[in-house]
Amino acid sequence: MKIHVRNGRLVDPAAGVDRPADLFIAAGRIAGVGAMPQGFAANRVIDATGLVVCPGLVDLSARLREPGLEYKATLESELAAAAAGGVTSLACPPDTDPPLDEPGLVEMLKHRARQANAAHVYPVGALTVRLEGERLTEMAELHEAGCIAFGQALAPVMDTLVLLRALQYAATFGFPVWLQALDPWLSRDGVAHDGAVAARLGLPGIPASAETIALSTLLQLARDTGVRIHLARISSAAALDMIVAARASGIAVSCDVSVNHLHLCERDIGYFNPHARLLPPLRSEADREALRRGLAEGSIDALCSDHTPVDDDAKQLPFAEAEPGASGLELLLPLALKWGGEMQLPLATTLACITADPARILGIAAGTLAPGAAADVCIFDPDGRTTVTRERLRSQGKNTPFLGSELPGRVRYTLLGGHLAFESAASPPA
Amino acid sequence: MRNPQLNAAGGLQHLLTIEGLPREILNEILDTAAPFTEVAEREVKKLPLLRGKSVFNLFFENSTRTRTTFEIAAKRLSADVINLNIGTSSASKGETLLDTVDNLCAMQADMFVVRHASSGAPFLIARHLAAMGYDHIHVINAGDGRHAHPTQGLLDMYTIRHYKRDFTRLSVAIVGDVLHSRVARSQIQALKTLGVPDLRVIGPKTLIPADAEGLGVRVFHDMRAGLKEVDVVMMLRLQNERMQGALLPSPQEFFKYYGLTADKLACARPDAIVMHPGPMNRGVEIDSAVADGPHAVILPQVTFGIAVRMAVMSMLAGG
Amino acid sequence: MPLPDAERLCAALAESLRGELAADAALVGIHTGGVWVAERLHAALGLKTPLGRLDISFYRDDFNRSGLHARLKSSEIPFEVTDRAIVIVDDVLYTGRTIRAAMNEIFDYGRPSRIDLAVLVDRGGRELPIQPRWCAHAMSLAPEQNLQLEQGADGRLELRLAHA
Repeated sequence: MKIHVRNGRLVDPAAGVDRPADLFIAAGRIAGVGAMPQGFAANRVIDATGLVVCPGLVDLSARLREPGLEYKATLESELAAAAAGGVTSLACPPDTDPPLDEPGLVEMLKHRARQANAAHVYPVGALTVRLEGERLTEMAELHEAGCIAFGQALAPVMDTLVLLRALQYAATFGFPVWLQALDPWLSRDGVAHDGAVAARLGLPGIPASAETIALSTLLQLARDTGVRIHLARISSAAALDMIVAARASGIAVSCDVSVNHLHLCERDIGYFNPHARLLPPLRSEADREALRRGLAEGSIDALCSDHTPVDDDAKQLPFAEAEPGASGLELLLPLALKWGGEMQLPLATTLACITADPARILGIAAGTLAPGAAADVCIFDPDGRTTVTRERLRSQGKNTPFLGSELPGRVRYTLLGGHLAFESAASPPA
Repeated sequence: MRNPQLNAAGGLQHLLTIEGLPREILNEILDTAAPFTEVAEREVKKLPLLRGKSVFNLFFENSTRTRTTFEIAAKRLSADVINLNIGTSSASKGETLLDTVDNLCAMQADMFVVRHASSGAPFLIARHLAAMGYDHIHVINAGDGRHAHPTQGLLDMYTIRHYKRDFTRLSVAIVGDVLHSRVARSQIQALKTLGVPDLRVIGPKTLIPADAEGLGVRVFHDMRAGLKEVDVVMMLRLQNERMQGALLPSPQEFFKYYGLTADKLACARPDAIVMHPGPMNRGVEIDSAVADGPHAVILPQVTFGIAVRMAVMSMLAGG
Repeated sequence: MPLPDAERLCAALAESLRGELAADAALVGIHTGGVWVAERLHAALGLKTPLGRLDISFYRDDFNRSGLHARLKSSEIPFEVTDRAIVIVDDVLYTGRTIRAAMNEIFDYGRPSRIDLAVLVDRGGRELPIQPRWCAHAMSLAPEQNLQLEQGADGRLELRLAHA
């Protein structure tokens, strides 16, 4: 299959490119940019007039809910959502049921994903058996089975000695470790940022120190073990300051933020909206502003969807009892564009946060349109709109605090390894 | 975002919290409650306002006392009252909160009085009723988690107005476990809305919310300083499970520093009134000599509570 | 159409009641106009039993349609109702629904020996089998006409006719 993407605005942040150029795809790879390669005969021409052509998006965290949680979502439903969102590569956290702590589970997941052929799936393996924080998993075996990193999702490692050993072991093989900084004691029972809104609504609070105390432990252990650590979903200005300072002192550390924390703060809980029940919790407006600036300035490395489909039965509950998390694969691009627009950033800078930068953290050859690269491409209409409704979300998780919003940008085509994984009409169905 | 307890015309559709209710609505409720107080003195203590209506007391958390006051109020309005202690029935069989609500809607409920251990639960029910198109069903929050207990807040306002008349000259102190208290939150919001200029909370740091100043109160950790020259002392109940552990070392130590004794009460104005939402822990948050003394208006609070709940139910049912 | 003078009607109503009432009979005025009339009758007749006042809002049969009115007043029945002769006093008698509500309310205080009705004006248009025993003036008005008793700044009572 040879595809000629004609007349588009080509944005390739990795190469610093933002110019009108045609794109030529053959044998699943980028065959040429700008001038048509010799002898190229397209099977299909995509007219990208007025559209942006960029690398397929790379999402550092999307829960596919397989194995074990198929009542919340399935691999098919969520990979279809990924394709509809322009996402071609995604990492999935290990908090499935059972958790991704055995090579067989990882191989099955990879196999199912290949069959679905809608996005590349990169599992994050469990750092400890059953995520219980007690015994190390067979990380090397898991790596061979396809895990690109190891983590705990939201499960804590209570015993700091176990944590030290796990980081040492991962460092032995050079495996990256992805962890969320959340002190299990200070966040116990808490459901909202311990600030004005929690005080007003009578919600048990999680102080920002729950993040900074855990972060302090992780940074010191990262320094001592030399492990490559990635801090997932940071939520407070204080945490960001600590990461910046740690980098300055020579600790190799990267971090990301979720689309939710980039746009929302504690006030968005409104009158107990369960869709705003997230972990880490939405924090203060000042925290959100610091995160928005941090991502723009590059002190935060990447933006991710933190896609977490939750079934209605687990969400339509009193706020504290509702399961945390929000669906987001289909909102990653629109919410990145919204942030970039509000911050008045060049489009290439905005797109880097969801393409080249997360690809670098994942350690995969994606997020670029250089000739020879895999033809994972997202083609979107920058002037189109994405209206977020339950009906239009392809994800099985209809849970998002952005329900009812109209967001900038609209994905028109998603190419995965040179085949068309998603295609939509010019304007949304009425 | 529209306050979910108001209808499109700005009238009261549900009573979920004091927050966001304008002063006019609070005053209207208090004014409406006044004539209801007289009903208790009649031979037939019954008014026909809610005749033929079904009021469901939906108690997901047991509270015989609160349930009884709502039951009396509804029965004095001639409603049919159905008591459901869900804590011991459906929830343990795996039925969700909204399943239970759907079932009761199908039984032609007109009003739900909801008590739930989780903050915001009545909002969930109100939102669900709106989504299902049950606009004729009203929800009264009878206490949700740490969030709100609006009828308690209103009956406290009725009591204060009865004894002190003008809210705009008062100093009021709320004492005890503010952090976990839905009563305190409703009191604070009502007192702010009614224009109380000097509002204080008193307690150890473990029992005061992190951002208490954000609620518009002054925080005192020294009870004597906090009670100085106040007109109204509102004591809060300390739950048993919080008396010993990581929040407080012992009820004895709490009583010594934050229990209301005649000695500490002497710091307040000579005509100060002492309130308590009940049930009281004598010797923990309040000394018997004060609870039974001349400053206490704790029993009138109970009497006024029936009238206030009758007023709220009538206003909701009358649309 | 010229309306009769309300104060004169009050005096005439008082005369028609004189000598007709039991010694311990009680007057009960219905808020607001009925209370004004009852106050005048009470003074003119020199009754010993204190005057009763009713706000029948809690007993209205249109509560489900129109809800409670703002500015409710407390009902006051400062005497024992059981075995007493009671005269309900109102300003204008129309459908009879207000009188039904008033009788219901009185029965919640006790069982009176009898109830009579005295009104300043009977404007016709009854929807219930209720008739006054004493009536100072009868007239026939169309449904869209609204006859009200008002009290001026000088305290004088005056009838006023408005079109709905």
